Amino acid sequence: MPKLPERKVGIIACSGEELAEGTVARLAALKVLNETRPDDTVTLCLPLFLAGGEGERAFARFYPTITVDGCDLRCAAKGTERYSAKPAASLVVMEIAAAQGISGIDGRRKLNPSGKRAVEAVARTLEKEVDRIRKGKR
Amino acid sequence: MKTRRKKVVVIPCSGIGKAFGAVAREAGYDLVEDLRPEKTRLVALSKLVLGDEEARAAVRDNPAITIDGCKLSCAAKLVRESGGKSAREVAVQEVYRRHKTLKPEGVAELNPAGRALARALAEELTGLVDELAAGPSPENDHA
Repeated sequence: MPKLPERKVGIIACSGEELAEGTVARLAALKVLNETRPDDTVTLCLPLFLAGGEGERAFARFYPTITVDGCDLRCAAKGTERYSAKPAASLVVMEIAAAQGISGIDGRRKLNPSGKRAVEAVARTLEKEVDRIRKGKR
Repeated sequence: MKTRRKKVVVIPCSGIGKAFGAVAREAGYDLVEDLRPEKTRLVALSKLVLGDEEARAAVRDNPAITIDGCKLSCAAKLVRESGGKSAREVAVQEVYRRHKTLKPEGVAELNPAGRALARALAEELTGLVDELAAGPSPENDHA
């Protein structure tokens, strides 16, 4: 059997620059990509679906994706589905924080302690989703 | 001709994989939070990807400055696709060529050189922000 390219999980964060929750989304995605699941994950900047070429738009058709949005506008989830393919999972920082009793997230440039707790909480949820999707593939 | 105080819209790229993207983001915050808070506002690039009408109107109706971390120039392209016209399209790499000692490293957290590069970039834009914010009002503007 020919060796096929490994299917990693694509993570797409909104990186919303206006809100602290956007920073949480970005940092949680980076934590999983660079620290906790570096061999299992890849990423793409969200705006590349529009500013890039067909290769970028094929991203979510090739990789199962998990989107991470800061707020309920869900720019990453909707943008990924509109321009590439439906994400395998969609996370929203505000929902995860609320479910875990984390309130008062602030500091879009430098997160306050609540924001840092939210990064950890979202990263843990993201890891579980990555593992779930990877197991489902094998 | 009357004048009005316009809010200059600043749109950094959402580059997540490279230090230059982090510099773009940091420079945006330097400008909007520290250097010219009363004359500028940030618009999240992800909203333009989504086609959010409030964000599209902001870039159509106000002077815009884009700051991009790589040559794909996502922020500049999305402003154009949203019907806006950037007063300046800044490429972080071009600014870095003028400040070679400030090599940015780190994405989640920029190194001190990266933060200094972001500050230098933002400071270069303050004159333009002042000029744009004091721009002439359109003829139908009675504010």
